[in-house]
Amino acid sequence: MPNFSTNEFKPGLKVMLDNEPCSILENEYVKPGKGQAFNRVKLRNLRSGRVLEKTFKSGDSLEGADVLDIDLEYSYTDGEFWYFMDPNTFEQHSADKAAVADAEKWLKEQEKFEVTLFNGAPLTVTPPNFIELEITETDPGLKGDTAQGGSKPATLSTGAVVRVPLFLSEGEVIRVDTRSGEYVSRASKA
Amino acid sequence: MSEWEPSAGIDELRARAALLAKVRAFMSSRSVLEVDTPSLGQFAITDPNIELFEVATPDGTRFLQSSPEYAMKRLLASGSGDIFQLGKVFRSGEHGGRHNPEFVMLEWYRIDWTHYQLMREVAELIAETLRLSTWQIWSLDSLLDHFCQINLHDATKLELKVAAENAGIDVVGDLDKLDYLDLLMTHVVEPGIASWGLVFIVDFLEQQAALSRIIERGDNSVAARFEAYVHGVELANGYWEESDPDVLVGRFEADNDHRVSRGQPVREIDERLISASRAGVPDCAGVAVGFDRLLMLARGRSELSQVMPFSWPLA
Repeated sequence: MPNFSTNEFKPGLKVMLDNEPCSILENEYVKPGKGQAFNRVKLRNLRSGRVLEKTFKSGDSLEGADVLDIDLEYSYTDGEFWYFMDPNTFEQHSADKAAVADAEKWLKEQEKFEVTLFNGAPLTVTPPNFIELEITETDPGLKGDTAQGGSKPATLSTGAVVRVPLFLSEGEVIRVDTRSGEYVSRASKA
Repeated sequence: MSEWEPSAGIDELRARAALLAKVRAFMSSRSVLEVDTPSLGQFAITDPNIELFEVATPDGTRFLQSSPEYAMKRLLASGSGDIFQLGKVFRSGEHGGRHNPEFVMLEWYRIDWTHYQLMREVAELIAETLRLSTWQIWSLDSLLDHFCQINLHDATKLELKVAAENAGIDVVGDLDKLDYLDLLMTHVVEPGIASWGLVFIVDFLEQQAALSRIIERGDNSVAARFEAYVHGVELANGYWEESDPDVLVGRFEADNDHRVSRGQPVREIDERLISASRAGVPDCAGVAVGFDRLLMLARGRSELSQVMPFSWPLA
């Protein structure tokens, strides 16, 4: 990969820092008129998601990171790896538990997920912002209680547990916001 | 269709024109003569922290000037009296919210003045343009003691490094002592004095003298140099000028040694400036003000692109 100098550190650029792939978030140039110039850089570690703040001498450089974001369809898991397929090339990618992480509870077959590849292997898996899933387990609905706006836990087909309104019952399909893990609405039945 | 519109609105252009006129009136009322020296010089500054644009010409390489200082000193030596220049200067690679590789510099020289007299005049210019009527003067070591609890004149490189770490600054790689000082200035002191209005910093380290003379302050030798900060923004840099040609040659050679150690090209020493100094540059104080920053502060803006019609990416 090519090296990038501090003046090329634009938001979104992927670089290697301490052997970890990072994405540049912000880059601020500071310099006393008669002194050394610095770049104050905010980066996100793409593996851990942590945001770092580092200062570089202007003109220093970092190696680029071989990082690519692609949309892949989730296929299946064998318990050790989770398999995703490129719908255009039918190429299969296997993600380990660290890469799947919190996305595991949203993994629905044939659904598209954004997979970040680092050196060709899945680094992180990001679910779509909204996903439609079937309720597989919840307490029976309590008729006549809808006005109260109460809620109850419901287990979805992927294993995720979300709080849903009391009137929903097993077998219904709901729309969930994966970022907050909150119920959004009832979906048309699959 | 690519972007063609200016980054600053028409109000900003009017404010720029008005401020240019105000500065010229300020200088004229004090009988400081406006001069216009070349942008493309055969020689250039040796400062290792200032990089230049080199221009190929039919008569050899020329340098876009980073400041009119050397040419203005040749005018001073020729008997010009007090002079100012208001024009473009150029610094390669300096681009950020408060930096643009080409910018307007206001530079002026006052004969038989010390830097303290010149600081008063800078304060008067700022009072007229920014409506800031009070100011403070701090020595560099007192500011570092105040913000970083270090004794600058005795501090080792390691102590400055630890002070930077204590301030939460995470630097990639190793720096030398003066770089750590610059780091503390930009990361700790500048934000620290952001609510102090106009602050003059004086008594810089000998190694930071550039073209200022060295004077005694208590047990220490310090550079007779000042920096003016407004709301934490560096606005001006002034010297009680060193006029001894041999001292100047020594400084330029030290700059070039530093450049070589960092793998930068050596800059040929400007023999015409040295000859002018041998002929006699009068005892004087000089200062350079970043005009675009002055305008930015006058307009209550935080970025130069808001007051420049076409900042670097749009130029």
